[in-house]
Amino acid sequence: MLRLPRFRYLRPKTAREAASMAAELGTRAMFVAGGTDLFPKLKRRQFEIDTLIGLDFQSREIHDGGAACVIDAGVTLSAASRDAHLNAMFPGYAQAAGLVSSPPLRNAGTIGGNLCVDTRCNYYDMTYEWRKAAGFCLKKDGDICLVAPSSPRCWAVSSSDTAPMAMALDGWVILAGPDGDRELPVAALYRDDGIEYMAKRPTEVVTGLRLTAAPNTRSAYVKLRRRGSIDFPIAGAAVAVALDGDTIAGCRIVLSGVASHPLEVPAADEFLKGKRADREILKEAADLAAKPAKPLDNADLSHFWRKRMVHVVVEQALEIATTSTRGSMVKLSQQ
Amino acid sequence: MKVVGKPLPKVDASAKVTGRAIYADDMLPPRTLHCRILRSPHPHARILSIDTSAARRIPGVLAVITGADLPVKFGILPVTQDERALEHEKVRYVGDPIAAVAATDEEIAAAACDAIAVEYDVLEPVMSIDAALREPKDERIQDYGGPNNIHKLVALEFGDVEGGFAHAETIREDVFFYQGNTHLPMEQHSAIATYLDGKVTLWSSTQVVHYVHRALSKVLELPMNRIRVIGAAHGGGFGGKTDPFAHEIIVCKLAMLTGRPVKCTLTREEVFYAHRGRHPVLMWVRTGVAKDGRITAMHFRTALDGGAYGSYGVASTFYTGALQTVTYDIPAYRFEGCRVFTNKPPCGPKRGHGTPQPRFALELHLEKIARDLGLDPVELKRRNFVQPNTRTVNWLRVTSCGLDECVDRVMQASGYATREKRIGHGMGFAVSTYLSGAGTAIYWNDMPHSEVQIKVDRGGVTAYCGAMDIGQGSDSVLATIVAEELGLQPADVRLVTADTDTTPIDLGSYSSRVTFMAGNAAVEAARKMRAMLVEATAAKMGCEASAVEVGDGRIGDFSFEEASVLAEARFGTLTSAGSYTPPRIAGPYKGSGVGPSPAYSYSACVVDLDADERTGLVSVNKIWIAHDVGRAINPLLVEGQVEGSVYMGLGEALMEEQTFRKGLHKWPSMLEYKSPTFLDMPEVQTFIVETVDPEGPYGAKEAGQGPLLPVPPALCSAVYDALGVWIDEIPVTPEKVLEALRRKSKGEPARYGPPMFPPIPYPPPIKVEPPPKDLDHASAAAI
Repeated sequence: MLRLPRFRYLRPKTAREAASMAAELGTRAMFVAGGTDLFPKLKRRQFEIDTLIGLDFQSREIHDGGAACVIDAGVTLSAASRDAHLNAMFPGYAQAAGLVSSPPLRNAGTIGGNLCVDTRCNYYDMTYEWRKAAGFCLKKDGDICLVAPSSPRCWAVSSSDTAPMAMALDGWVILAGPDGDRELPVAALYRDDGIEYMAKRPTEVVTGLRLTAAPNTRSAYVKLRRRGSIDFPIAGAAVAVALDGDTIAGCRIVLSGVASHPLEVPAADEFLKGKRADREILKEAADLAAKPAKPLDNADLSHFWRKRMVHVVVEQALEIATTSTRGSMVKLSQQ
Repeated sequence: MKVVGKPLPKVDASAKVTGRAIYADDMLPPRTLHCRILRSPHPHARILSIDTSAARRIPGVLAVITGADLPVKFGILPVTQDERALEHEKVRYVGDPIAAVAATDEEIAAAACDAIAVEYDVLEPVMSIDAALREPKDERIQDYGGPNNIHKLVALEFGDVEGGFAHAETIREDVFFYQGNTHLPMEQHSAIATYLDGKVTLWSSTQVVHYVHRALSKVLELPMNRIRVIGAAHGGGFGGKTDPFAHEIIVCKLAMLTGRPVKCTLTREEVFYAHRGRHPVLMWVRTGVAKDGRITAMHFRTALDGGAYGSYGVASTFYTGALQTVTYDIPAYRFEGCRVFTNKPPCGPKRGHGTPQPRFALELHLEKIARDLGLDPVELKRRNFVQPNTRTVNWLRVTSCGLDECVDRVMQASGYATREKRIGHGMGFAVSTYLSGAGTAIYWNDMPHSEVQIKVDRGGVTAYCGAMDIGQGSDSVLATIVAEELGLQPADVRLVTADTDTTPIDLGSYSSRVTFMAGNAAVEAARKMRAMLVEATAAKMGCEASAVEVGDGRIGDFSFEEASVLAEARFGTLTSAGSYTPPRIAGPYKGSGVGPSPAYSYSACVVDLDADERTGLVSVNKIWIAHDVGRAINPLLVEGQVEGSVYMGLGEALMEEQTFRKGLHKWPSMLEYKSPTFLDMPEVQTFIVETVDPEGPYGAKEAGQGPLLPVPPALCSAVYDALGVWIDEIPVTPEKVLEALRRKSKGEPARYGPPMFPPIPYPPPIKVEPPPKDLDHASAAAI
């Protein structure tokens, strides 16, 4: 069977201490929270480290501050998906957390880990032996992108379900570095690059997520994947809509699984502002939202089809957010 | 009957669910060494040199072997002995084993594999049926078969095919493709060997201890009496553990060299390379029908993408043409089959072995003919059903046949005939058949196919049989039959199975043969034992043996324990034996060994689904399936087998595909190779139809494979019902549905599927005179 490489496991007691350890060890070390994505990748030799810095000291509370809410980074995806406060105030976020992978992995995986989850590509998420046979790629051990060989960059796909939702909700991420804490908009956490996909400093630990509910804002997350469980998103739409009666006062749509970062689609957001939330308008907005999506042939099913499906996920998410009903929608998977 | 027919839990259920069953990978005797195998990174290459010196120098490495250490070739079929445990001359697919290391731990073994330097001369890979039919750019994959990369060509003709077409009212041709897929057992293959006092012992996760035993003897060049093969607790096979495998031979050789136990558990990726899964098959079928829908002639062509080695491929090729006639009465039939070599992991038997592909084509083809004629497809199929106690045109003997009853059950329950017609909702229907055990052994011999011994001692009953329980419940069936005959409960019967030292032979868990064959052997052995117990008891009671009642743990006036004491005093050691040899029913022609079975199971299936025009997504709502098992020895196990078959069939129909990109398996992982989860599984309503077969044990036939077959065609038929487009290849992915809808909207044929069948140099067919149709006359005819 595939074995984990040997590594040292450090148990800091605080985020500051963890950050200091990371600063000292550099690229030899990585943080581990739930480990649900990290450990399989270590087995496949996608990361080469000799030390893991455990984040299990992190508290696991959801601080209900009414409209404002801080979710500790150590909160499991299961806990987040079931939390009454999150379901009431930020239903899209609870939905996204509940749609990550499978129940056992949600019981271990954390909301902080899901914000930082590595980008994916089916030329990269393979064993060492497979990658060696295929020829190593840009993201690990090689110098060419196997999906787009003429491209100078890596096109691995952002595959977090909760990150786009946190962005749509204008969330802020709380970071602890060796020299102090800071907060960043979640949107500023990511870069459009398959390799250097995070903009935070490698020494910084995500310690929490701050969500603030704007008045009359409703949210929804719709995920496309082949099966009813386990699978990463192959297209997803996170939307947060502020309603003034049946008029859309403001809207943020963020896509998952179609770019190297959670993809904002401001043209669609702009288009919806001040419009009535009727079917035709939502359809038009979905068309606008789908335009910048650029799925490539490095995830499940064909990228042509995934591109077409972006309309569908956006439309469904908008419909759920504006009417709070799933009505007669096509079942995208057994959710 | 007291226990036969009762829904009792499996005898090994609690050991399995509480983690106490000992799988091969659970075994860790002291000083065990761990083995890893270096595999080819190239789909097709000559090996110029292998340098293992650096690997040997790594501390903790005890042995490194290459093909030079195991040069003898083996293979499951006597006609295709084309595999080596390690290949030192040429590699034929990414994953082909080249060298193996035994080390004190697995990480060291892996590092040593990485330190082995292999020089290759890379050759042009052949990755498709079309490419295999063309002249190879560099060289052929195998040095036998041909022309080009063709492995096997067969052509058979039964009856007057040209005449049949001449009398047809309508003739239709269609082309279909069934994508390859793999077994995906829960447990990876695992084997551990010891070598002590000149004897090799191997524990393995295998379906065929006997064939592994034979292959080990050949390759290790040891007599069979120096080798013991034991089937460890089994985590699923589905046909994927029915060949002798390289790792099984390698651990034995390494144990012989090091004198220490050596274990090898394949990684999930390696399981994808071991494969032997469903052949991708391209099919062309032409059928003539009379005005009333009766078939007048059929011509069926197949092309199988075999992968790099023979495996069961010759048998698989014949199977793609064998069972068409076992559901439909086809008066004249020509079959032409072709298997090609490609640079992929070898294909072999997967649940339904070689028959789900033609079944898919046949069912959809007949449905299209029915629509051409304006007939109800169910009615057209019914008009052509075979009758019980007949011989088919290709000499297959049909005894019990519950096809009509199966159809009645699913029709009534599903309301197919009165289904709601609206766009996006559809129902589809299909039938199928399967063997209850292959009627001929894999290598020619006159011996029984299954044997059972029973020992009774101090009231304890032990049954010995070579049969391997792979999760299908063969141990439970054995225990149930012995218990039934001796008036006990299955839990009262101890079992010793699948051990070549201590149990008599059973050929293995393949072709749905164990209930039928080991079951019949168990009935014979148990009845002999019962006769001794009854005779001794009758003597003591002073009555006729016929007056002694057996049941509820009693034999006549005595408890079972007391009766066993009486019998042992009278007869000495209480042992009995039974065996089963299938009847000689194969037809008088070359190739007739594939297809005959002592009995055939039958299934009928209706699928209800929603298919979305905008996305192409298919969502299955419910499946009704009826299965003629002859008799359910344990209805709970039968239902489990039927549901498992439906599940696997749905996976093949909707998502599973073993596909390749740039010479590599595209996604050899359980995450990316998509197989349905619990959540993707619709409700299944199972109907057990009992036709009480005259030759099966208590009338039983097979249960584990047949019900897979109707699911893919019924699903495609339902997609047509919902959207008016034919998806003539599986898996039915949403992009194929959308493409078919696009073609339909453009006025092109409303279909997604292979455009044509390639020209293949089939030989002139062997012409075979059909047998008399009536079974009594057929039996009398010289065979």
